[in-house]
Amino acid sequence: MLSRESSATLMCAVTAFLYREARLQDEHQYEAWERLWTDDGIYWVPANGADIDPERQMSIIYDNRSRIALRVRQLMTGKHFTQTPQSNLRRLVSNIELMDEQPDDGDIAVASNSLIFESSLRDDTLWAARNEYRLRHVDGELRMASKKVILVNNDKAIYTLSFLV
Amino acid sequence: MNIMTGVSPWERLIRPDRVHGSLYTDPEIFEAELKNIWYRTWVYVGHESEVPNANDYVVKSIGPQSVIMTRDEQGKVNLLLNRCSHRGNQVCSFERGNARSFTCPFHSWTFANDGRLVGYAFPDGYEGQDKAQLALGRVTRVESYRGFVFGSFAADGPTLREHLGGAAETIDRLVRSSPEGEVEITAGFLKHRVKANWKFILENECDGYHPAFVHTSIFGVADSMIGKLYGGASTALTRDYGNGHTEIDLRPEFRKRDAPMSWFGTSEERLPDYTARMKAAYGDTAAREIMIDGTPHVMIFPNLFIAEIQMFVIQPLGVDDSVQHVTALQFKGAPDLNRRLRQQTMGSVGPAGFLLADDSEMYERCHRGVLARNPEWIFLGRGEKRQRQDELGFTVGHVTDEVPSRGIWTHYRKLMEPA
Repeated sequence: MLSRESSATLMCAVTAFLYREARLQDEHQYEAWERLWTDDGIYWVPANGADIDPERQMSIIYDNRSRIALRVRQLMTGKHFTQTPQSNLRRLVSNIELMDEQPDDGDIAVASNSLIFESSLRDDTLWAARNEYRLRHVDGELRMASKKVILVNNDKAIYTLSFLV
Repeated sequence: MNIMTGVSPWERLIRPDRVHGSLYTDPEIFEAELKNIWYRTWVYVGHESEVPNANDYVVKSIGPQSVIMTRDEQGKVNLLLNRCSHRGNQVCSFERGNARSFTCPFHSWTFANDGRLVGYAFPDGYEGQDKAQLALGRVTRVESYRGFVFGSFAADGPTLREHLGGAAETIDRLVRSSPEGEVEITAGFLKHRVKANWKFILENECDGYHPAFVHTSIFGVADSMIGKLYGGASTALTRDYGNGHTEIDLRPEFRKRDAPMSWFGTSEERLPDYTARMKAAYGDTAAREIMIDGTPHVMIFPNLFIAEIQMFVIQPLGVDDSVQHVTALQFKGAPDLNRRLRQQTMGSVGPAGFLLADDSEMYERCHRGVLARNPEWIFLGRGEKRQRQDELGFTVGHVTDEVPSRGIWTHYRKLMEPA
């Protein structure tokens, strides 16, 4: 669908966007991260596999835009004790791909892998995930219309996940 | 028994208004709890609606032990131990499914879903062997109450109904929020692991003192009516049903509001289908009462917590390693209510939940905290002077009082002390 040139240009922009999102998350820049979302954004972290129906089955996170805002507001209080003190985080994002099948509505389907090292009061925890995005150009800037985070171990009992994944 | 003093160690560790910190951290005490509590008393395992059809199965647990809950071809619910009777290999590796039999991958021994050994590979080596002696192990006693299936490894002892005692009424109350009188467990479980002793979870479930502080971050930003229920001026109660079962009874506050579905932060108008079905099922007056009172907040000892809109199952894996399995309660015949129950449950509980992430943080900090042994004690005296008996003879106190913790420890001591 995309020409080679436009694909390479887009890949550059997408990569920069994903790296920026990762840095904002690692550094707890909650409001700046929230501004990356479109007005109809969906933030989804399924449980028990990648392909459950989030309208019927429990997910670890299944936030519409107003619940994303609530999540950020809770973090901003400074009294969300699981993040007070904040986890120390660094994540690697790689395997970024523009998907072969692109949606018809102009959104951009992108996927990546991430490996996140979390150091919290409890212990050090390693998280690994497949991330599937729909990105959209809004006023010339890329924004997230959806982000699905498929934790490799989402079928198992996992520790508290209270940073932005 | 301490020979020097004639005082049992449990009497020294568990006092009327305080308990010793080592009860949460001593590995030997944890092993004794497995023996005297988890592998003896009634433990909640699963719900009948998780195996609706013949040959359905789902893998559950009692403490660290894996238990397969099956519905056999006769429709009976079995609790089988996931351990081949030959060399101990786990016979089932999937969380759920539909199977008439389980074949062990190690030496191909095959068991029917009622536990019978039906065949082994190269049977000529077992000439004269009675297969009936080599069935899968099973939980000794299995009983269910309104669809909730419990198991006990003790051949003798109280019946499930006797164990539930006064708390059975809370389950009766729960199922009445379904127009068909049944709860369904169909939304899948979140599994939230904490590095803390299981009793920190158990005691927190009916601790009405903490919400105003632990959950201040979400009460402050969400349009939540929960905060007031746990304030100093609240008329809600804590209750000790005996046998370790405890409750936070929020009905006095909901009755003051006198508005159906206010307990769930909604209204009849926003749930017209549900309201119509409830009135058709129970009549206008009773339906209104049920919809004002709401569902219970009750901790069935040792591991089933019904928290108004969701159900938690507590699983101890080690002295400092526990899992909370949690799912939205679903009420048969109430699809519009059920959708909201799932949405609210996903927001509030599990590893990323607005409420449970902070509760779990407290469990883990408490566990690390009690490793310090000065003071040696956890003080549980709140409300001791103002507790009283309700009309049925159960001890009740203010919603922020530690009536539930004292009730839990009284029962715990009975179970742990040699008879």
